[in-house]
Amino acid sequence: MTARPPIPAHPRLGTRLAYRLQRALRPRPGLHWLSATIEASGLARPLFTGVERQAKQALFACRMCGQCALPVTGYVCPMGCPKELRNGPCGGVGADGGCEVYPERRCVWVEAYERAASQGRAADLRLLHLPIDHRRWGESSWLNYWQGRDEGLWTREADDTGENDPVPHHRPALGGS
Amino acid sequence: MSLRDRLTSGSFAVTAEISPPRGASIDPITATAALLRDWVDAVNVTDNQGSNVRLASWAGSLAALQAGLEPVMQMTCRDRNRIALQSDLLGASALGIRNVLVMTGDHPKFGDHPEAKPVFDLDSVQLLWTLRHMRDQGAVLSGRALKPSPDCFLGAVENPYAPPAEFRAERLGKKIDAGAQFVQTQFVFDVAPFAQWMTQVRELGLHEKCYILAGVGAVRSRNALDFMRDKVPGVHVPDDVYRRLRAVPADQTAAEGARLAAETIQQLSAIDGVAGVHLLVAGNEQAVPGILDSAGIWAGVRAERHGR
Repeated sequence: MTARPPIPAHPRLGTRLAYRLQRALRPRPGLHWLSATIEASGLARPLFTGVERQAKQALFACRMCGQCALPVTGYVCPMGCPKELRNGPCGGVGADGGCEVYPERRCVWVEAYERAASQGRAADLRLLHLPIDHRRWGESSWLNYWQGRDEGLWTREADDTGENDPVPHHRPALGGS
Repeated sequence: MSLRDRLTSGSFAVTAEISPPRGASIDPITATAALLRDWVDAVNVTDNQGSNVRLASWAGSLAALQAGLEPVMQMTCRDRNRIALQSDLLGASALGIRNVLVMTGDHPKFGDHPEAKPVFDLDSVQLLWTLRHMRDQGAVLSGRALKPSPDCFLGAVENPYAPPAEFRAERLGKKIDAGAQFVQTQFVFDVAPFAQWMTQVRELGLHEKCYILAGVGAVRSRNALDFMRDKVPGVHVPDDVYRRLRAVPADQTAAEGARLAAETIQQLSAIDGVAGVHLLVAGNEQAVPGILDSAGIWAGVRAERHGR
C-alpha cells in the first residue's frame, strides 16, 4: 500500500517503557478534546501526523497504516510482516525464529510474543484482529485512537450471535440487499 | 459419506493432496482422482502451491468432484483481495464444492513470479471469519445480503513445529474462534513435538471444537528429502529421519519413505484427539494404497469400498 515494502523490524522502544506510555496516554476526556481540536485545524493536523510519522518510523519502522495494533502486539509492528499478518505468525517461521521471507530478521510475531509475555500480556495475542481499512493509510492513528475510532480493530472473541462479526464499525455497512 | 459426515461420525478420516497441472487440462486430476477415490475420503486441491502458477484450485476441485472424489479447495490470501475471495467462495459453493481450506499462503518470493504483488489483504484468521460470516450471517463483509448463502465446511492449517511453540495451540484456538471446523497440520516427521502440541490442544479443549488431521508425508527420493529439509518453509525433518532415509540405497528411498509414513500414521492414530491423517503425497499418489495397507488403516471410504 505504501511505498515502503513490509520488512520485519526490531522496535527501538523497551517493552516496559512502552506499556508505561500506554497507560499514560490512555484515551480520556482531556486527550479526546485535544485530538478533536488538532483534527479540526488544517495546520495542526498534518503537523501532528508528521510528528507521529517521524516518531513511529524511528521507533517501530511504522508504515502509517492508520490502524495501530502496537498496544496489543508487545509494541512490535505486525505491518512489518511481509504478509502483513495481523493475527499471529504464519507457518513458515524458521526454527530459530527467523522470518520466512527475510531469514536474517526475526519474525515480528515471535518477538511480539516474547515481549508481550515478558510483561504478562501474552493473552493480548489471543485477540482477533479485524480486516483493516485500506483507505486509512497515512492517517494519524493516535488521533483515531483518542477519538475512539480504533475500538473496533480487535475483539476478545468471535461469537455466534453475529455481534462481533468482521465488519469494522468505523466503516459503516452498506446495508440493503 | 462426505468428509464432514465422516469426521462427525467419529471414524478415522484420511485425506490426500493433489497439485493441479501447469497447463489447461483437467486430465491429470481426473486420472489421480480415479486412483485415490477408493482410498481417501477427500483430496485437497492446492492453490498455486509454492507461489507457482497452476490450474485454478476451484477448477481442479470441480474436476475431482466430477471424477467422484470429494475435494477440499485450498484458498490462500496471497493472490486475491477480499472481493475476489468472497466471490470465489460463492462460485465454489454453487458448483458443489463444500470443503474449503484457508491458509495464508507462501510468499511470492518463493515461486516462479517473485516480482508479483503480494496481496495479503486478509490474513487466514480474517478469511476464515469472513467465510463463516457469509455462511452463517448470509452476508458479505459490506453487509449486503447473499441469496442464498454459501454452504461450506471450513478448514485451517497449523504448523506445530514453528516458533513460538507456546503460542501454536493458542493460534489454532484463534482459527477455531474465527470459524475453523477442521485443521490439517504441516508434515509430521517428528512425532514427539507433535504429541506435545496435542497436549496443549487438549488442555485448551480445542480437539472437541475442531477435527485435527495430522499431516504425513511420504518421501520418494533423496532429492525430495533434501528439498523438503532445506527449501520448504516451515518443514522440520529431524536428523534421525534424515539419516534413516539416506541410509538405504537411492532406489529404495521411496519404499523406505512409505514405510516411515505408515509407522508415523500408526503412532499418530494412537494420540488422543487426532481425528485422521492428511497424506501430503502430491506427485506420489500411487504410494497411498501401500501406505494405508502397511499402517493397517481400514477406516472411512476404504472400508466402504473394499468391504472390510
